[in-house]
Amino acid sequence: MSGPLRLSGTPASGGYAEGPIFCLDGGAASYVPKGSAAAEAQTLKAAIEAASEQLAVLAAASTGEAADMLEFQSAMLADDSLSRLAFDAINAGRTADKAWADALAGEIAGYEAADDEYFRARAADLKDIRQQVLDALTSTRDRTAPPGAILFGEDIAPTRFLATDWSAGGGIALSKGSPASHVAMLARSRGVPMVVGLGSAAKDVAGLALLDAEHGGIVLRPTERDIEGFRKSSAAYGERRRRAEDGVMRSAATENGISVRVLVNVADPWDVDRIDIASCDGVGLMRTEFLFGKDLPDEETQYRAYRKVLEWADGKPVTIRTIDAGGDKPVPGFTVEEGNPFLGLRGIRLSLSRPEIFRLQIRALLRAAVHGNLKVMFPMISVPEEYTRAVALFAEEAKNLAVAGEPHAMPPLGIMVEVPSVAIAPELFSNAAFFSIGSNDLTQYVMAAARDNTAVAALNSVTNPAVLRLIAAVAEFGRQHDVPVSLCGDAGGDPAAIPHLLRAGLRDLSVAPAQLALAKAAIAGVTA
Amino acid sequence: MSATAAAQVEITHAVGLHARPSVKFTKLAKTFDANVEMALAGDGPWIDAKSIVKVMAAKAPKGTVLHLRATGDDAESAVKALVELVERDFDEATEGEAHVRTA
Repeated sequence: MSGPLRLSGTPASGGYAEGPIFCLDGGAASYVPKGSAAAEAQTLKAAIEAASEQLAVLAAASTGEAADMLEFQSAMLADDSLSRLAFDAINAGRTADKAWADALAGEIAGYEAADDEYFRARAADLKDIRQQVLDALTSTRDRTAPPGAILFGEDIAPTRFLATDWSAGGGIALSKGSPASHVAMLARSRGVPMVVGLGSAAKDVAGLALLDAEHGGIVLRPTERDIEGFRKSSAAYGERRRRAEDGVMRSAATENGISVRVLVNVADPWDVDRIDIASCDGVGLMRTEFLFGKDLPDEETQYRAYRKVLEWADGKPVTIRTIDAGGDKPVPGFTVEEGNPFLGLRGIRLSLSRPEIFRLQIRALLRAAVHGNLKVMFPMISVPEEYTRAVALFAEEAKNLAVAGEPHAMPPLGIMVEVPSVAIAPELFSNAAFFSIGSNDLTQYVMAAARDNTAVAALNSVTNPAVLRLIAAVAEFGRQHDVPVSLCGDAGGDPAAIPHLLRAGLRDLSVAPAQLALAKAAIAGVTA
Repeated sequence: MSATAAAQVEITHAVGLHARPSVKFTKLAKTFDANVEMALAGDGPWIDAKSIVKVMAAKAPKGTVLHLRATGDDAESAVKALVELVERDFDEATEGEAHVRTA
């Protein structure tokens, strides 16, 4: 009866935690009626104020997603229309706690019934606010978990998570909950171990618990052996993470000592604020579509964005891709509506068809080139003429800038290898300063299967022999003709694909910033 | 001397009037003394544009034409400011909203 209890659920945030159980749900004090409508109203008013103050305290210590969520909750709590229903109910004779709970129940039901998933998710915020005021009404908020405790309950409100001090460790174990919830996201970003869906088998739990959020389990009333095994797994996990994190600051090399350069893909200039340049070998792909959202950006706006990234890179190479727009992501005044946008007027084709817009980007790039180590590449190149025309435009604009006395420089001009024609006959493009394999689209076109179509997604694999053969051929061509070859698709950061890519001859990969550590670790495990 | 003002503006923001845009919208509306209301159609129902609860409850998606009206001394500036906020997509595109944590 007092033996160990092992429960399993779904990991929501990785890690290990060993500590005392702290029950989230138990121990809520009951509400003491105040005897008159006026007193109930006064009590509710004070509780709302107390909850608002707590939110403000939390908000002051938060940034990003957490701050947005708290601001939303504060705004809702401060809205009279929410509390008016409750105050009306109090006048009709209900106690403050019931009046408040009922008023919120109506709103919550409205959100849970919404068609839009986003609105349904906001129900959690309203439940959070409801609980905060109820806790203030019953003075339940005095219960704080001891440091290093494993919080156990049905679910946990986001503000509860934010109000908990995680600096001494601890974790979260929920009988319900979801890995896609807002709290799970907060837990991942703070590195707090969390397991959900443990089921209702555990009731009245207390004492020491071992939370394994790597595999998704918890052991209550553990034996000595359980504890020993747990500590080994926990240490191994910590070691792996430390090695990956240390490894990220060093240059990558394979098991047999071959150097591999790992660069990052950035989608917009603000990405670089969160990346340490020392952790990568440069920017292998800077997308420029972010600039072309609602309006066509002027030359100055573009120049400033390119300059920011070049200066951040401090001499390391930054490869900027000219606008890769198409009918699937409409840009008013630029893209055209097409029946089949993926096989239509996109990428370099679109840019060349609108030279007056292309020239603005070209000028911005030429001017930005003096601020760092810039390389420029063209997307969707399919025939050599496209490259020739683009190069000619660069030369013309460089001449115009020279005549105007504006500082500028000509960067190396390369091409994306994504349209199969280029991968099959790379010799036709040997003028290009470098090749960058866009494995996402190359795979898509070669396998004739879309990435986002679940019915055929399995076909869309970079490790398909046909795709790997093309990649190897391009890498070999590059070696023989002195054309640098790199890869900038998602596969570059995929530990399952990396061994194949290295064995195909690639030595330069550009990955999403979040994958840097994993990619370098994967490279270290390959004998190429 | 109570002025009135009215306008319509289309919501072009990708996710429509979600939490963050609603917070900005109502925060801005509250900076004006005028009574400000919004509706999803010309004949209402009109809801208080300063109430985030009411604005969120409208669940207005992208493409909705928002009708605005205000009464009060600064009615015109209120309506103008709100229209401009919606036209700027609630200033989300320029804040580097690509701050998405990749898994």
